[in-house]
Parts: sequence; structure tokens; C-alpha cells
Amino acid sequence: MSDIKKIKEEFLLKLKGKLNLSEINEIKSNLFGKNGLISSQFKKIGSITEKERKKFASDLNVIKDELQNLIDFKINEIQNSEINKKLEKEKIDITLPERNFVRGKIHPVSQTIDEISSIFSEIGFSVEEGPDVENEYNNFTALNTPDNHPARDMHDTFYLDEKKERLLRTHTSPVQIRTMLKDKPPFKIIAPGRTYRSDSDQTHSPMFHQVEGLHIDKDINMGHLKGCLNYFIKEFFEVKKIKMRFRPSHFPFTEPSAEVDIGYEIKDGKIKIGEGNQWLEILGCGMVHPNVLKNVKVDPTKFQGYAFGIGIDRLAMLKYGINDLRAFFDCDYRWLNHFGFDPLDVPTNYRGLSR
Amino acid sequence: MKITFDWLKDHLSTNLKEEKLLEQLTNIGLEVESVENLSAGLDLFKVAKIEKTEKHPNADRLKVCDVNVGEKELKKVVCGANNARDGLITIYAPPGAVVPKTKTKLVVAKIRGVTSYGMLCSESELNLSDESEGITELSKSKYEKSVGRSYFPKSSSNLIDLSITPNRPDCLGIKGIARDLSASGFGKIKNIKEKKIKSKTNQTLKVKINKENNQGCSVFGSCLITNVKNTESPQWLKDKLVSVGQKPISAIVDITNYVMLDINRPLHAYDADKIEKGIIVRNSKLGEEFTALDNKTYKLEKGMCVISDNEGVLGLGGIIGGTRSGTEFDTKNILLESAYFDPKSIRKTAKKLNLDTDAKFRFERGIDPLSIEDGLNKAALLIKEICGGEISKVDIQKIEIYKNKEIKFEPSLFEKISGFKISTKETLKILDDLGFKSKKEKKYLKLTVPSWRPDITQEVDIVEELVRISGYDRIKIIDPTKERTKSTLTQSQKLFHFLQRAIASKGYLEAITWSFTDSNYNDYFKGTNKEIKIVNPISSELGVLRNSIFSNLIMYINKNLDRGFKDLSIFEIGPIFTGYNPGQQKIVVCGLSAGKKFRSSWIDKERNVDLFDVKRDVVQSLVDAGYNSNKFFIDSETPNYYHPGKSGRLFLNKEKEHVAAYFGEIHPNILKNIDLKTESLVGFEIFLDNLKLPKKTLNDQKIKFNVSDFQKSERDFAFIVSKDVKAQDLINAVSSVDQNLISNIKVFDVYEGENIPENQKSIAISVTIQSFEKTLNDSDLENINNLIIKTVEDKTGAKIRS
Repeated sequence: MSDIKKIKEEFLLKLKGKLNLSEINEIKSNLFGKNGLISSQFKKIGSITEKERKKFASDLNVIKDELQNLIDFKINEIQNSEINKKLEKEKIDITLPERNFVRGKIHPVSQTIDEISSIFSEIGFSVEEGPDVENEYNNFTALNTPDNHPARDMHDTFYLDEKKERLLRTHTSPVQIRTMLKDKPPFKIIAPGRTYRSDSDQTHSPMFHQVEGLHIDKDINMGHLKGCLNYFIKEFFEVKKIKMRFRPSHFPFTEPSAEVDIGYEIKDGKIKIGEGNQWLEILGCGMVHPNVLKNVKVDPTKFQGYAFGIGIDRLAMLKYGINDLRAFFDCDYRWLNHFGFDPLDVPTNYRGLSR
Repeated sequence: MKITFDWLKDHLSTNLKEEKLLEQLTNIGLEVESVENLSAGLDLFKVAKIEKTEKHPNADRLKVCDVNVGEKELKKVVCGANNARDGLITIYAPPGAVVPKTKTKLVVAKIRGVTSYGMLCSESELNLSDESEGITELSKSKYEKSVGRSYFPKSSSNLIDLSITPNRPDCLGIKGIARDLSASGFGKIKNIKEKKIKSKTNQTLKVKINKENNQGCSVFGSCLITNVKNTESPQWLKDKLVSVGQKPISAIVDITNYVMLDINRPLHAYDADKIEKGIIVRNSKLGEEFTALDNKTYKLEKGMCVISDNEGVLGLGGIIGGTRSGTEFDTKNILLESAYFDPKSIRKTAKKLNLDTDAKFRFERGIDPLSIEDGLNKAALLIKEICGGEISKVDIQKIEIYKNKEIKFEPSLFEKISGFKISTKETLKILDDLGFKSKKEKKYLKLTVPSWRPDITQEVDIVEELVRISGYDRIKIIDPTKERTKSTLTQSQKLFHFLQRAIASKGYLEAITWSFTDSNYNDYFKGTNKEIKIVNPISSELGVLRNSIFSNLIMYINKNLDRGFKDLSIFEIGPIFTGYNPGQQKIVVCGLSAGKKFRSSWIDKERNVDLFDVKRDVVQSLVDAGYNSNKFFIDSETPNYYHPGKSGRLFLNKEKEHVAAYFGEIHPNILKNIDLKTESLVGFEIFLDNLKLPKKTLNDQKIKFNVSDFQKSERDFAFIVSKDVKAQDLINAVSSVDQNLISNIKVFDVYEGENIPENQKSIAISVTIQSFEKTLNDSDLENINNLIIKTVEDKTGAKIRS
């Protein structure tokens, strides 16, 4: 019997016995290691006569494959049985609580601002900003509300100096002034931000949020204003139809001016926007007063357009069923958790404003 | 402005229903704020007769009355009034009735042991007058037969409260409202021709308006009414005032109020006998004093418009009269004033003296300068009718002549602004109904503005009138075009958005707190900033603008800890203020984390939040926002509100231009001072304005994909270094060896103590070495090893640990 057959018989016998993984690995290295028995046989091939070489090589390969397969089979068998053994033992009470995960939240006002920006972005508005501390001129005078104008009484203003020259802006309208002074028409902007009035009770908070809108071009009229707001309100409340009412009002910086009401009803204790016989005031708007345009060096005979101001907190309350305005700024952990939004809920126009 | 439909009908003929009225008022810009039925429940108050009174068995001052209220049985009512007596006709309120003055609901009550069924009412309790002594006495002849009937007449008219915008003083009078309604097609205005005073006697009290700078009064009309007998107002007048929520006082006062409410013409009645010699309208002198009808004494500044006589100030013109010349029930001779005061002057004075009156409210909005005589005529004739007496001729002093404004209006402007068309006929009709006089001049309309419309000064105001009256519902909806020519957000706005959501995604709840704060808290965190005071804060706890967001956040963290929460992470993104001027503010993202990262559970060990948690949140959020953390540079110089040894400052790169962020433990002294109890409190601030905006777009930021598939090897080193050498120094030294070969550096151990010399520490790092060109052989690796050791030792003074 040739050497290789002997090796074969010997190791087939060995492999029939009950072996553990390390014993098999030892056999494997005895055979196929650097100086293993089979490996050494392969090295011989070169020294064999040409006549015998072919057969020898062929036989050797057959034996090699046989042993190799058997070893692989054995290893696989053992591994499987080990896994099976493990699986039998490894049983855990999966009703035990998972690891803690803390999810952060976005404040409903921030979420609402992003929703508003997303809607207006779709119809070509860009976002502008202005400082919270304003001068008296931008906040009032430039907006056609000179000193000693009774309309100033409607704004309880926080002042930063005795001369009343520096103040906390009472509305976002001074951003109109800043934007128009900075650039040239046309203008198509919204400006969300913090606003302040020294007023504090159940329904008023000394700080609140507004978004200003301004669209100035050559031929922008009240129909555009109505269309823009109609679009916005429908999109914001995510309804197909909206009942909306324009009602004459007065703001010194717009003429004509309007307040806008939307229809609502209370159904099963929940407010439903867009239907019903009740009216809810949600914003003020109008055509920018020629005096305002003159103040910012825009020629009112060439350019005209509309402006509006919307209470953001109020919108958030309506959309998300929040009753108490003051809770917005009270930082109650439970409230923030309850009304806050997942940071992944970024309002977009292709995925939708809200889930 | 409170009105009733009934009163409106004095000026307006209409058959329309109140429901329609309310709708129309709102449609033309006279917003209905509320509608209230004042007479609701008043039918319970009955005319009653006291049949018999007896002394209360247990109280000397009380009486037990048997009262006939028109039912079979007499009611037993306990009453404390002196004038309660047998046979008196009075007003009875049963249990369940609500007393108009106090708004209390009556119940059956035991009063000192005697059960009382209802109450006998005084005039003041019924808001009929100020008379609170005793119960109401009704005339026997008039009311004997009415016992058992309701005392108050049934009124169908509701009290309608309108919110009149400050530009519409004309609608502070019923007549003005009627005019607007009529123009809009709701009813027809009656245009009553008012009677005029016909008198031969002169007004003998001399009136003079001083001609001086900033004289607040330009016209002063007056007449004398002599030998009057001031009395209670007749029922119709009382009813009228009560119907709009006013309280009747005396005929003279009631008449002036009535004229004011009816045609928005404020008047003032003086007791002529109390005026010394004559009236002088002038600017006040510094320090002059007078006692006003609100019984307060006012010290005047220089230049306020006063009505005075020889003895001094009688009143503030157009704002409030004085007690010295006020009318009373025994007033015999009256001087009636009807004047024009300049709105600006009124407003300035009232603001300085902090005075708010009905007259001031009207004058500062602008009173019809041509209503002076109408007011005098209407009021004087009424006074004569009710109080008797003789009226003098009207005297009018003026230093300025009023001229109606004129506006050249181009009708095409209407469509240009409103977006819809109305006919010339409709235009002219609306303007005519509103009191404009118009004349066609080529393509223009030359309009004369009615004297009662101070708000109308230019063409666009005419457009407003036309849109308002023709109806806002006629404005057509023009759908917006979905076209964007400019990006919605700027780079810095995007950064705001990214960081806001990046921080929230690290487990922080977003809070929004006031921009103002408590100066005590602000002091802890203001750093090098100056305190910015608010002159008129709503409370002293909100007295300054915040120099840091921490002051508010820490206060609210504490409140939430008090609520029983232990592990809290909140943040705010918003402005902090650095000065009094617009623009001296910065956007900061500020967060606080308190308590433990994990509470011990069946699966995890517990651990406090620490500065490396906030460091991770800051670094990772900046990475989320597009910054390269490999370039960050960190040192330990931080403001004094951080723990000096456990806090850091982060720069976007080695140039250290602007601080990008601070992070670390909050100083333990602050926690002690504000009594905040938690296991750990760490925080951070990221300064958005200090972050250089990434110039590259996301597209540009993606550099070429380049990785090596050659074998990499990891080598560990342990260095002994002086305690003040930073891990960052070591890392920098290693990476400087060969940036192409060294692909990663990791600190895996820091050790101080046994076996390490004092003031030194051991830092162990693992370095990954990989070439882009070949598999490195042993000698290549050996070379790099040695180079790493040498470089680190040279640059940091470290010694390799053998």
C-alpha cells in the first residue's frame, strides 16, 4: 500500500472516532499544515517520474478532497451541535424592559415656525429676521405710527431707556422696515420671531411669537393677499376647504387693513377648523401704507403690496389643541414631553407638514 | 363703544333684524365684540306694597315686613331700611333674582332667626341712582295699581359693544355709526334737522383763548343757561343712558353725556357762578395745581392746555373738569362749553398725568371741529326743556379757521389696490353717503372730506372707504404662484435649524423661555457682559434682558427637580443680549443636563451625567451641522460659572478666532446659592454667530472616495507625561508624524497613582497605521514606531513607559 493510501486509511479511522473541535483541528494541521502529511506528499510530486506523476497527483488529490471534506463535515457537525446546545440554554425573559432611550423634543412653537416657513417657501417667500431690541423709529414711526398716535396705546411697550428710544419690539413689523431699507423691491419675505408686550394674564404673555409677511411688487393687490392667506391657512391646518372672512380693521401701517377670521366649530370637545358657524380671529393684514413705503424709499406709485402679521403661538394652540398660552414658556418637563415634536419630524412639502 | 339697536333707530330707519345688524357692523369694520341682554332677569323685580311692618324679635334695627307682591299670600321679608313702613310702594326682588349692582343672587335666608323671602331694594342696588339710604319709594298714585307687575319695562334691545378702531372717532357717536350703516345699504339715515337756539341775550361771561405757542385749543364755543333747576333726568333719558350701561347722575350731566354719545360731541358744563370773571384758555404754568372731578389733585407741568379763570385752573381742556366749578343739584346758572382741542396736545397731557377719561379718548382721536354749535344747540335746548331757564346766544372764540381737506382721487386706483371693479355710480354713491362732496375734474374726482373724518388724508384712504363699504367679500381670491427665485433660508438660518434639531436628537427637550430674566440669576451667568435693565418690567423678577440663557434654564431645571424629576435635559436656542442697541444680541444654543445618565436597572449600572456627555453632544451636534471634528481645538479657559477644572472651550480650528462653544460642569457655588439639589449638573453653550459658515455646499463637501485595502496594524503606546500635558497635545504630536500613514489615534487609558511619579500621569494610546501604497513590513513599522515615540517625547516631554 502506498504511503498516501496508508495515510488515508489511518486518518479515516481516526476521524471515525468521537472527536472534539481541537482534536479535529490537530488532525487538520497534521494533514494540511505547512509540514503536514498531505502537504509533504504534494511536495514530492516534482521528484516522481513522469510516468507515475499523473496518477500520483490524481490519487493524492482524491484523497486530499476526501479527507478535507470529512474534516469540514466533522467541524460543521460539532459547530452545529454546539450552537444547538447553546440555543437550548440561552433563553431569556424578553418581557424584561429594554435599555433606556431618551428622546429629545422640539418645542411646538419651533415646530410651528418650521411648518409656516415650509408653506411659504413653496410659494416663493424667503425668511428674514430682525433684532428683538428695536429703536422707536423702526417699531412705530416708520410704520406710520408717530408719537402721540392713539394706536400706540394698543401696544404696551417694554422700554430700555427713559427716553423711550430703545424698546423690545412689539410686533415683527419692524422687519419690514429693515428688509426694505436693506434691499430693493420686489420683496417677498416672512419674518418669524419673538415679540414683546407688557401684558400678562391668562391669555396674554409678555413674550409671544409672530410671523410677519410682506410681498411688494408692481401689481400686488388685495386679491393676492386673500389668495396667499387662503392658501396658507388651508395648508397649515391641513384641510381641503377653509371658511375665511376678511373684515375691515385698522392698522396704521396698512391701508386698507383687514382682520381675518376663520370658521370653526367645537365637536366632541375638540375644535374643528374650517367649518362651523363660529368665527375666530387669527391675523391682521392689509395693503402696505404708502407712507410706510415712502419711509423706506420705495416709490408707492411704482410699487405696492401687502403685509400680514400672524400670532404663531395662537396657531400652534389651535392646531395642536393647547389650551393655555402661558404653559408655552413654563418649561414643565411633562408639558414639553407631551406637546414637543420628534426632531426627525421636519416639516417638508413632499413628506407632508406633520405625520 | 356701547350702543343699542333702539338708539340707532333714532338716526336710522330700518326694518331689518338685529341679527343682520350685528353682521353688517362687523362687515363694515365696526367689529361687534359682545352682545349682552341687560334686561335679562330684570322682569323678576316687582312693584310691591308693604302691608304691615313689625319690629324684628331679635334685632332692634331690622323689621319684618309683610309684602304684597300681587300673589295670594303675602311674602315675609326682613328689611333694615328706616323708610320701610306700612303702605309703602317699593320694589321687591324674589329669591333667585340677581341684584344688578352687586351681581349677587338672592336666596331664602334666615336673618337672626326669621326667614326672609327675598329683598326690598334700594335705588342704588338697582343701579337706578346713587341713593343707597333706604329702599326705593315709588309714587302711590302712579304705582298702586301696578303692584305685582314687573318694575322694569321689557326692553328688546340688547347692549352691543363695538370695538371702534382708533381711526374712527366719528363712530364714537351713534349718529356716525348710523351713517356708515346707511352707506352700506343697511337702513336709511334720517338726517334730523337739529333745532337752533333762538336768543336775544348775549353770552356775558368773557371767553378768551390765549394766542401762544402750542395752544391746544383752537375753538371755544359756549352759551350761558341761567336760572335752571337741576333735577333728576326724565325717565326716557335715564332709560337711554342705562340701556348703554351708563349711570344717570343729574339732568345736566346726563344731557351732556347723552349728546356726547349721540353725536360724539363732548361738552362740559360749568357752574357759571363759580367762575371768577371769565374764562381764559391758556397753557399751564409749571407747578399749577387743581382738583379734578375724580377728586384727585394734579400738579401740572408747563404747557398743558387748561381752562382757567382769574383764580386759577378750572379744568384740563378736553380731558377733565375741576371740582371748583362743577355742577351740582343746586346749580342755578350754567356755562356750557363746546370746544375743539388738538389731539396731540390732549394725548401728551393725559399721558404725562396718567389720566384716562371718556372725553380724552374722544378728543385724542379727533372730534368734528364743525360740531361745536350742533352740540351747544342740542344740549342747551334739552337743558331748557328739562331744567327750565334762559339760554344766551352762542359765543364762539377761535384762533384758527377750519378748512375741509380736499383730495384729488383717481378712480382707477381702486381696482389697482383692491383687485376688483366698482362702477363710477357706486363710487359716487358711497362717497356721498359717507358725507364726501365730489366734483369730476377730467379723470379725477375732487373730493371734499367731511369734517368728522380726520383719518382721511390721501387717495388710498378713499380706496379703503370704497372697499370697506362695498364689502371685503367682493375681493377675489388670486391663487399664489408656486415659484421660488430665492432660497428660503440663509446659511445661518439653516445652521440654526440644524443645530436646533441636532441637539434635540441628543435627548434634550427644547424649551422656550423669556428673553428677560431675574437679575439675581443673571448675575451668576452674565460673565463679562453688562446688565441690561428694562425700564418698565412686569415684575422685578423679570427686570433685565438675559445675558445668558443659563439663568432661565437653571431656574426651570430647579422647578422641574422640585416636581420630582431627577434626570432632566433641556435646551433653548435663542437670543442673549449684550447691549442696549438693536443688533447687540447673539444666538446661542444652551443646554443643561441634570442627574444621572442611567439609573441602575436590571441591565445597566448607574452613572451621573458628566462633562464628557455634554462634550459629546456639543461635538457631535457641530459635526451634524457640517463641521469637521478633526480640526476642533479644545482648551480649558471658561467663564466663571463653569467648574474651573471640569469645563472646556471649543474652537472650530487651531486659529482660535472665536469661541464656538463652552461645556462643562456648572460651578458648585451657584448650585449651593440657588439651592439646587441634583447628583450632577452639566451644561453647554454653542455660539452660532461665532461659527464660520461652511462655504462649501453639501455637494462640495464630499471629497473623493479614497480608502486603502492594504493591511493595517495597530500599535499601543503608553507615555508618562506631566499632569498638565493634554491628551490633545499627545494626539497632535502623533498625527504630525505622518498623516498619510497614521489613520486613527485612540486614547484607551489614562492613569495616575501607584507606580507613576507624582505630578505625572500615564496616557495609553492606540495608533492605527496603514499605507495607501503597500503592506508595511516589520522594519517599516519599527521605523514609524520609533518616530512616534521620539516625536511625542520631543514635543510633550513624555517618556515612553517600558
